[in-house]
Amino acid sequence: MKYLDEYRDHRIAHALADEIAACTTRPWVLMEICGGQTHTIMRYGLDELLPRSVELVHGPGCPVCVTPLETVDKAIALALRPDVILVSYGDMLRVPGSASDLLRAKAQGADVRIAYSPTEAVKIARANPDHKVVFLAIGFETTAPANAMAAWQARREGLTNFSMLVSHVLVPPAIRALMASQINRVQGFIAPGHVCTVMGCREYEGLVRDFRIPIVVGGFEPVDILEAILMLIRQLEAGEARLENQYVRSVSYEGNLPAQQIMAEVFEVADQKWRGIGAIPRSGLRLREEYADYDANLVFDLGELTVNEPAECLSAQVLQGLKKPTDCPAFGMRCTPENPLGAPMVSSEGACAAYYHYRRHSVAS
Amino acid sequence: MCLAIPGKILEIQETGCLRSARVQFGGIIRQVSLDFIPEAGLGDYVMVHVGFAISRIDASEAERTYQLLREMGALEEEAPPAE
Repeated sequence: MKYLDEYRDHRIAHALADEIAACTTRPWVLMEICGGQTHTIMRYGLDELLPRSVELVHGPGCPVCVTPLETVDKAIALALRPDVILVSYGDMLRVPGSASDLLRAKAQGADVRIAYSPTEAVKIARANPDHKVVFLAIGFETTAPANAMAAWQARREGLTNFSMLVSHVLVPPAIRALMASQINRVQGFIAPGHVCTVMGCREYEGLVRDFRIPIVVGGFEPVDILEAILMLIRQLEAGEARLENQYVRSVSYEGNLPAQQIMAEVFEVADQKWRGIGAIPRSGLRLREEYADYDANLVFDLGELTVNEPAECLSAQVLQGLKKPTDCPAFGMRCTPENPLGAPMVSSEGACAAYYHYRRHSVAS
Repeated sequence: MCLAIPGKILEIQETGCLRSARVQFGGIIRQVSLDFIPEAGLGDYVMVHVGFAISRIDASEAERTYQLLREMGALEEEAPPAE
């Protein structure tokens, strides 16, 4: 496919890896924020092409992984109500709540439906006026405009049986929290290309300035990621800290303005809890007051819930790049994609799932 | 979740204020909203995420980057094999 195949060309990938090796004189620790990039790295073995002194650690950019346990529990409780149709992105179905998951709720008779696009949730609400349709609206900035459109459309049509259980997270506050941590090891970031396609690059300039750390906006194909790593290494070796954009074919400086506009119309910035990490100030989005009628928390009077993660799961450290999935004693043994202890083993963007799919045999040997 | 894939616009439809397109991804064709990329036209490549186009691929930037990368790859290929 055009704009995919050429960025998977192994000759270019090897040339970039050689250039990285030639430029690297010291050890560097880099983090890719997005779980999609983590999967590309593992799937194509990009980390094994790099010199040993370049270490990649994996970031918290997996929306399914950081959706709070409380939100998963609320979604399961709603799905089990006979008057509710719960609509979710497919990735969320196997994510463990504190006692069950949405797939098990579905097996118990709950009406849980998978949507590819949030507009499908609105369509389901239109077609089922006797049911209350709840859309589990999760995601980073990439997904927020599409989810916002669902609420906007429902309001415009005057649908009274549609609401959203929102868990939206933002990347720049997470980078800030990682950098401010005493135990941070990261010296350069690959910023998530699709988040920046929507939001542009401006927000990252402040991070570069405040923490004197290089950030390169990167794409998702092997050649994109290796080129982003090369750009970071060149800056680090030269003692520079700048914001650069590797993913120019999709990311502009100002981002997608119509998408930002609908996001701002429907959502407002709020404090947000990240599963495994904890609360980060102003790191999420919630529905604005004008959209209160579409907030499932208010429609169903869900209130506050607090539940604890299973103690055995190391996802908190994995999501902050402090531990590799294979450091976890449960990895591949008591925790597998079929029987996950934590969300990063389930999601198609989770770091544990990436290691399980592409590395478990090399780990075992 | 944040995955977006490039596809080619085959046909554009307008219903009221909404604009959508039939977009081809390899062998698959899907309906995609153009609400966020109103300037997209026939034959353009767009990055699509959860049914919405979120960017129009800048063909000249893609070509320029790719040429640079290919030069690196081509040079590699011409280098003598390692002993």
